[in-house]
Amino acid sequence: MEQYLSVKNINKYFGDFQALKNVSFDVKEGEFVCILGPSGCGKTTLLRVIAGLESQSEGLINQNNKDISLLPPDQRDFGIVFQSYALFPNLSVKNNISFGLKTRKKNKETIDKRVDELLELVGLSDHINKFSAQLSGGEQQRVALARALAPSPGLLLLDEPLSALDAKVRQHLRLEIKNLQRQLGVTTIMVTHDQEEALTMADRIILMNNGVIEQEGSPQDLYSKPETAFSANFIGTTNLFKAKRISENSLEINGSILECNENIKDDLLTITIRPEDIKICETGSEKNILKGTIKELEFLGSNIRGHIEVDFKSEKTNVICNFASEYILNNNIQNNSSVSISLQPHALKVVKA
Amino acid sequence: MKKSRDDYLTIFFISIIGIYILIALAFPMYAILSKSVENKDGIFIGFENYQSYFSNPALVYSIYNSLFISIITMVITISLAFVFAYALTKSCMIGKSVFRSIAMIPILVPSLLSGISLIYLFGKQGIFRDLMMGYDIYGPIGIIIAEVFYTFPHALLIIITALSIGDARLYEAAKVLRSKSIRTFFTVTLPSAKYGVISAAFVVFTLVITDFGIPKVIGGQFNVLAVDVYKQVIGQQNFEMGAVVSVVLIFPALLAFVVDRIVQRKQVAILTSRSVVHEPNKSKKFDLIMLIYCSVISVFILTIIGMCLYASLVTFWPYNLSLSLDNYQFDLMDGGGWDSYYNSIRMACYTAFFGTIVVFTGAYFVEKSRSVKTGRSILHLLSMMPMAIPGLVLGLAYIFFFNHPDNPLNFIYGTMAILVICTITHFYTVSHLTALTSLKQIDNEFEHVSSSLKQPFYKTFFRVTVPISLPAIFEIGIYFFVNAMTTVSAVVFLYSSKTNLASVAVLNMDDAGDIAPAAAMGMMIFYTNAAVRIIYVLITKKILVRFQKWRTKTV
Repeated sequence: MEQYLSVKNINKYFGDFQALKNVSFDVKEGEFVCILGPSGCGKTTLLRVIAGLESQSEGLINQNNKDISLLPPDQRDFGIVFQSYALFPNLSVKNNISFGLKTRKKNKETIDKRVDELLELVGLSDHINKFSAQLSGGEQQRVALARALAPSPGLLLLDEPLSALDAKVRQHLRLEIKNLQRQLGVTTIMVTHDQEEALTMADRIILMNNGVIEQEGSPQDLYSKPETAFSANFIGTTNLFKAKRISENSLEINGSILECNENIKDDLLTITIRPEDIKICETGSEKNILKGTIKELEFLGSNIRGHIEVDFKSEKTNVICNFASEYILNNNIQNNSSVSISLQPHALKVVKA
Repeated sequence: MKKSRDDYLTIFFISIIGIYILIALAFPMYAILSKSVENKDGIFIGFENYQSYFSNPALVYSIYNSLFISIITMVITISLAFVFAYALTKSCMIGKSVFRSIAMIPILVPSLLSGISLIYLFGKQGIFRDLMMGYDIYGPIGIIIAEVFYTFPHALLIIITALSIGDARLYEAAKVLRSKSIRTFFTVTLPSAKYGVISAAFVVFTLVITDFGIPKVIGGQFNVLAVDVYKQVIGQQNFEMGAVVSVVLIFPALLAFVVDRIVQRKQVAILTSRSVVHEPNKSKKFDLIMLIYCSVISVFILTIIGMCLYASLVTFWPYNLSLSLDNYQFDLMDGGGWDSYYNSIRMACYTAFFGTIVVFTGAYFVEKSRSVKTGRSILHLLSMMPMAIPGLVLGLAYIFFFNHPDNPLNFIYGTMAILVICTITHFYTVSHLTALTSLKQIDNEFEHVSSSLKQPFYKTFFRVTVPISLPAIFEIGIYFFVNAMTTVSAVVFLYSSKTNLASVAVLNMDDAGDIAPAAAMGMMIFYTNAAVRIIYVLITKKILVRFQKWRTKTV
């Protein structure tokens, strides 16, 4: 697959405030890319720059081998769906979807056919003559999607499309959008602050913070190989420690020496370990064993999250661990139970602070 | 970024409307300013005119009189309107909508009609002249009573809005914390309505200080600034001195305008989208007190208007009290006859039609266009200016600007067109704000969606924005119509023998001593405006519902 969209060295200033700092990335044809980040990280600004709704202060945007950096939005090739749906309330579902088809010198039958096709695609054929006030939030968002897709744009932009919906509808619709995207093969960029949404939908995630790209990669990579403390912390839950280098594969956290599978170079380090990678020791044959006391158990359904006060050599530190609920119940582990845990060497990851 | 066709069209329209406001407001205002520093031969003489103005004690005394009248009226109107608004928003008394409608009556008549009515009630041949206990209704007392009548609905509307945005969650919190109702009033109600009250106070102040109809009719020997402008220009043909008094008159109006804008900006911050509307609780005693209060105010308003109605039908006050339509034989009197009434209707229709188009289009570009940022802010600023300019001053400025022999637009002088332009400009700001408020409620992403769908903005404008905004558009049209029917100040210098207007006829017939026909013509304006409002309500209730079925949830 070849590059469809490439964004190069985008800077965007609002007065003194720099919203985007030298942002560059590429999107392949047919790819589903999520721009993920906390509010105020610049992700929406980036999407609006790509759409031409904001103009970048510096930088280039190439779409389909054409420089679109300076084109106004109506000369770019994209469809967009907003969080607010932005359906025209006085037009029926049909007229909303055909809104972008009318001036393209198509006859009525072609337009009607296209509308039917799209309604079928989003599963709303029964609602063709309704107005947006008569549809549920999820239905409205699907109409908005159909409207954006109607002129068959080369690029689909989704601006937090699911954020205004209820949790259940959101889960359902994110699967539906993903399938639709795969089926149509339309290159898609979605902006979201919801990491679960990004992990489940994206082929590739671009993680942003404070106007810069922190990390980009597949959802799996971002989860299992975070490069920075921010990445590790924003995606999923994690434990972060300050550490000192002892040797190439050993380090010291709060006075305790631990083994680590990574090739350690710097003297001062930030180390992360996911809660599910922390094991309760039964045999004593594991590495990096530490003793601790259960301070709190949070029931999450299939899992239980334990907050453990771990006795490192020089001080006690709180660590979060995930256990299978069954294991905790069967072994009668309760608040104030003493446990031995292992911070397994392969799970200790060095990240940038 | 490269300019698209939409951008060029936007620039084009913004320029057109901007140029319109420049010609209809900025240039005339410059003309009046420069006139005030010229002598009769048009030679620059610096502040000599101002010097002779301020050395004339009779004229300077008018400043004091104007301020006195305005401040007293402001205090009375705001107090009365606040309690009335409080009753309408925070009580459960019966007949709220009736009281509200009655309170709006003064908007439908020319301000000076209340003066005429007071003459019939308390004048030398008035019904209740004994109640005056020797005091004269001609003078400050009459002016203040009439001005209170005239400004009451304006203040009421603003205060109602301010009171109804009070957040119900705060009232619930106060209740849960067992706050006494008096304390709730001072800690919740008053602070949230504070800005509305201040704003209303300045609106009333400006209306009174710039009004000339009432003091002209019932002022007697009591001179105020607005009447001075009129007397200098019409009575003494001293245009330069008229310009000087106008400039003096602008200052308090401008000050009130600036304060009002600052206060309005703060008001917006209070109202968040999460606010919950407060529903009042029933309280027998409180509701009864409020009912009595509103009834008293309503009786006052109905008496004023009813007196006019009666006076217009009485054959020859006070000697022949039999009822007839003699006073409606306008063609038999000086003042323009029935033609002036038809002229008014035409003028009001043109003003409503063109005014609504210009204002709504202008507001659309200010609020919705994506490009031309500076142009939009300039247009918005220009749209706000008319509010600061008293109508009388605007009218005089038009004489100086449009009647200048070198002005290529000279040909519109003395035509219907200049009356329409002047009236649109005079009432531009309020309409502009109404349009803005309505447009702000429409999702900004609509424009973005349509440009992503490669549709020109005007397609979205006609197919989406205008249909959604129809209620506001009608509202603006009605506002223009009603005000064009009642306005005197802005047009009194600009009408010609062919374009005499009903509201001016009221003034002139009163001036000529034909008070009963003046009352009759004033009532004609009232009937017309009331009919238009009723038709408007029917339209919004019946026809709009049909075209706006998309607003309903059910299929």
